[in-house]
Amino acid sequence: MRILFSVLLVAFLSACAGTPPLRGTGDLALIIERASGHVTLANTSTRQPYARIGGLGDLSHASAVYSRDGRYAYVFGRDGALSKIDMLEGRMVKRIVQSGNAIGGSISQDGRIVVAQNYKPGGIKAFDAETLELLAEVPAEYAPGQFSKVVGLADSPGNKFVYALFDAGEIWVSDFSDPRRPVTQRFPAGQNPYDGLVTPDGRHFLAGLFGEDGVALLDLWQPEKGSRKILEKYGRGEEKLPVYKMPHLRGWSVAQGKAYLPAIGRHEVLVVDVATWKEVGRIPVRGQPVFVMARPDGRQVWVNFAFPDYGKVDVIDTLKGQVAHQLEPGKGILHMEFTPRGENVWLSARDDHKILIYNTENLTRIGEITADAPSGIFFSSRAQRIGF
Amino acid sequence: MLSSALASEPPPQRQQELAHMVRQECGSCHGMSLQGGLGPALLPADLRDKPAEGLAATIYHGRPGTAMPPWQRFLTEAEAAWVVDRLLSGFPE
Repeated sequence: MRILFSVLLVAFLSACAGTPPLRGTGDLALIIERASGHVTLANTSTRQPYARIGGLGDLSHASAVYSRDGRYAYVFGRDGALSKIDMLEGRMVKRIVQSGNAIGGSISQDGRIVVAQNYKPGGIKAFDAETLELLAEVPAEYAPGQFSKVVGLADSPGNKFVYALFDAGEIWVSDFSDPRRPVTQRFPAGQNPYDGLVTPDGRHFLAGLFGEDGVALLDLWQPEKGSRKILEKYGRGEEKLPVYKMPHLRGWSVAQGKAYLPAIGRHEVLVVDVATWKEVGRIPVRGQPVFVMARPDGRQVWVNFAFPDYGKVDVIDTLKGQVAHQLEPGKGILHMEFTPRGENVWLSARDDHKILIYNTENLTRIGEITADAPSGIFFSSRAQRIGF
Repeated sequence: MLSSALASEPPPQRQQELAHMVRQECGSCHGMSLQGGLGPALLPADLRDKPAEGLAATIYHGRPGTAMPPWQRFLTEAEAAWVVDRLLSGFPE
């Protein structure tokens, strides 16, 4: 027995000799390279890339969520593929094609269920986070034979997922307490919800509306009270400017008791008090806002824009309630991501083929990473946040 | 390739710009591979039964009441017709 143990010990030690040093997962980044089906993995402390993985398919509009330990990223591709990436080993662990056309996904509160939201066939599908085995699906069949595209999927406490139906104008809440038997509730939203968000405390779901001026609001603590509309008629009946790209909503919009939301067809950021859900201001900006993202401390809100103004970024000072800095960082700024405590922000400059890294305090560029037509940037710190 | 003999065909440099715009900007709704997203798919099989003039007008003027905006600030009517022609025959990378 003792001899066997010694042999095993030697085998174990020699196996260790080839392994890399231990490291944590708290400061890692995954960058989508949309045109070539690659992701680049980078370290946000050294601000250097450390791995590049290919074969992920059509990554236009791809997004990622993280396992609760931050080790695995789940990447949702436009072509319906779901890829599981090991952030430490820098390799793809598994890839399945789960639908014809997908638009993102989410992970449950307990980290065990990964849910994809699909355009075609419209609905959501739930997978075991470990194996990617299909657990259940909820087709977005809002009327007999009629399926809607699903947008705005977000996790909320209690292993629930909240999402909006673009074609049906509804908000659905699916409870996956029993992962194989989800129970779904339906609420009216309004015309053409384009995206949604869960507030950082997990209490409220907001769905931005494209087809009308307003935002649908659902209190997830009191769903029996039903959904209601806020910011109604914010356009005041004026003709809308053309929208060349749909804005994106996530819980990053909430800062200092206020939500900063993109207007649709107006070059403005709408400011809402999250205690009363009344509009308390609007801030003129230099284009159709796409991402309106608060720095984690809420002191600044960064705004990027739809084509053709996507070379610009406006930085709002939240004390003054106005744009304090106007930047022109590069060509085709598609996405922004803050380090967890907000000292840096990473911008993807698609047509410059670079990630640009800024110091948020003095707005100087402190680094860059080469990437092929980068779009989404996803930091592993998302693993610990509700609604990400 | 009768259509490529059209007098209104944009010069090569402009064709590249238009192709980039279709893949990247139109692609944010229709998908970079044009297989659809929030907007419908734009592959030859999806468009075959639709009149080309109507498709070009949709690009140029947009479609009120839907998410399709007018693109007339960024291309001419002749260029919209060229884009439709390319979409119908298989869009360049």
